[in-house]
Amino acid sequence: MRADLRTYGLLARAGFRRQATYRLALAAGIVTNSVFGVIRASILMGAVAGAGATVAGYDERAMSSYAWWGQVLLGSVAVWGWSELADRVRTGDIAADFLRPVPPYLSYLAADLGRGALALLVRGAPMIVIGSLYSGMTFPAGPVEWVLGLVSIALAVAIAFLGHYLVNCIAFWIIEIRGILLAYGIVATLFAGLYVPVHWFPDWLRALAAATPFPSLIQTPIDILSGYAAGPGAARLVAIQVGWVLGLGIGAALTTAAGRRRLEVQGG
Amino acid sequence: MANREGSWAAYRTILRSRVRAQAGYRVSFATDLFATLFAGLAELTEVYVIFHNTPRLGGLDFTAALLVFALANLTFAAADLLVGHCDRLPTYIREGKLDVFYLRPLSLLGQLMTSEVSLRRLGRISVAVVVLAIALIRGGVQPTAATIGMLALAITFGTAIMAALFVAVAGLQFWLLDGREFANVFTYGGAYAAQQSSLVFPDPVRIFFTFVVPAAFTAYLPTLVILGLPGGDAASPSMAWWLPVAAAWVWGVALLAWGRGVRHYQGAGG
Repeated sequence: MRADLRTYGLLARAGFRRQATYRLALAAGIVTNSVFGVIRASILMGAVAGAGATVAGYDERAMSSYAWWGQVLLGSVAVWGWSELADRVRTGDIAADFLRPVPPYLSYLAADLGRGALALLVRGAPMIVIGSLYSGMTFPAGPVEWVLGLVSIALAVAIAFLGHYLVNCIAFWIIEIRGILLAYGIVATLFAGLYVPVHWFPDWLRALAAATPFPSLIQTPIDILSGYAAGPGAARLVAIQVGWVLGLGIGAALTTAAGRRRLEVQGG
Repeated sequence: MANREGSWAAYRTILRSRVRAQAGYRVSFATDLFATLFAGLAELTEVYVIFHNTPRLGGLDFTAALLVFALANLTFAAADLLVGHCDRLPTYIREGKLDVFYLRPLSLLGQLMTSEVSLRRLGRISVAVVVLAIALIRGGVQPTAATIGMLALAITFGTAIMAALFVAVAGLQFWLLDGREFANVFTYGGAYAAQQSSLVFPDPVRIFFTFVVPAAFTAYLPTLVILGLPGGDAASPSMAWWLPVAAAWVWGVALLAWGRGVRHYQGAGG
């Protein structure tokens, strides 16, 4: 068990260092995210101004905070695109993953958490500074909420990864899954609340979104980190995230096992 | 370079081969087409959600916002179809593909622009065209010389502006390489800003997206003319008639950036 944890720790560190090599890419990411943050904050604040005072409990400051927290999370929570597993199934490299002593979903998850941690430090943290200076941000009320907020980011990274992993698993049965991945990314982006808060959705669309894990990716961490949700409300949101991690994690384990059998039948 | 007619024939042959290459993989092409259509619909949903909560955004009502959305999407998707692959230049450089272009007796930029036609963007274009029609009908737009003329100007020169952004960014890529994401500020950032009323932005941002990256010229300013809206500070309807000048400006910068980039390039060492 101890050795296992060490393995995952090393994998997470490797994921962290893999991204740290590309310094110019990181600098470019910060500039680009800042510009998009300015555009997004302008739109959301403009919408609140157009509505009069508040929209779904958000005033202009809350909206600015929403846009910038979204930019903070964007680098870590990979809402959009991951096809490594599907590529490895197609090329056959997946066979090497199955030879390793750790299941592929856990080793990839560990690496992805490492990647997410680095992105939060080098891509996310600067957005907090820029967002606060530019149009203002709000923060958790107390230490408990801060901890819940950070936990919720980690859970969001895990949910984003496991969701993509499950979609990638379709590649065990269908070789060409690019279309499915694209559609998944589009729905995830919309329902995560990345561009417009899920709380703004009309009732029918919000009900639809709530039936998916996507609001847990962006909306939930923002709600907690911006202080929109606090105390028991915040705890409940984290509990929902834990539920999704467990559900998707079990799904990933079962699907991987089934996919592996399928691969052996094919003689891959 | 061979004579002018000869190079045109060569480009036509290249483009035909690119179109045929996509037609060959029908399922894959249909998938991509569907994906861009779906992405267009998702973005439209976001506009709908915003106006579900507020009657106005940046001085525009829902109909005006739909027209801005349609023009911005149409011009960007058309430019993306024609030259969007230019922002894959770093990949071309890494794979040594660009060095191959140097060996052929055609212009480098011409080859890069014709190296691909992303017909899948037709999905997004079709969403934009339908939204455009809906916005024009909802807005009760009369087909006068001014409205038709402005619509034609917006679509042609708007597409030219967006295309120039891709070319300018391709020029920058010779320096950026790993920093390629920076280029998104001008292309995708410009397209995103173009979808909004200029009045939502604070002055420096508005000036940037009007006079430096002339995104406002592709959709917002033409919309003011077509729907007869007043606009606001540094965004008056009469400015829209300067669209060709804005396109000339950004193409001038684009060709300059490309020319300097090409001279800067030392080869991939392949």
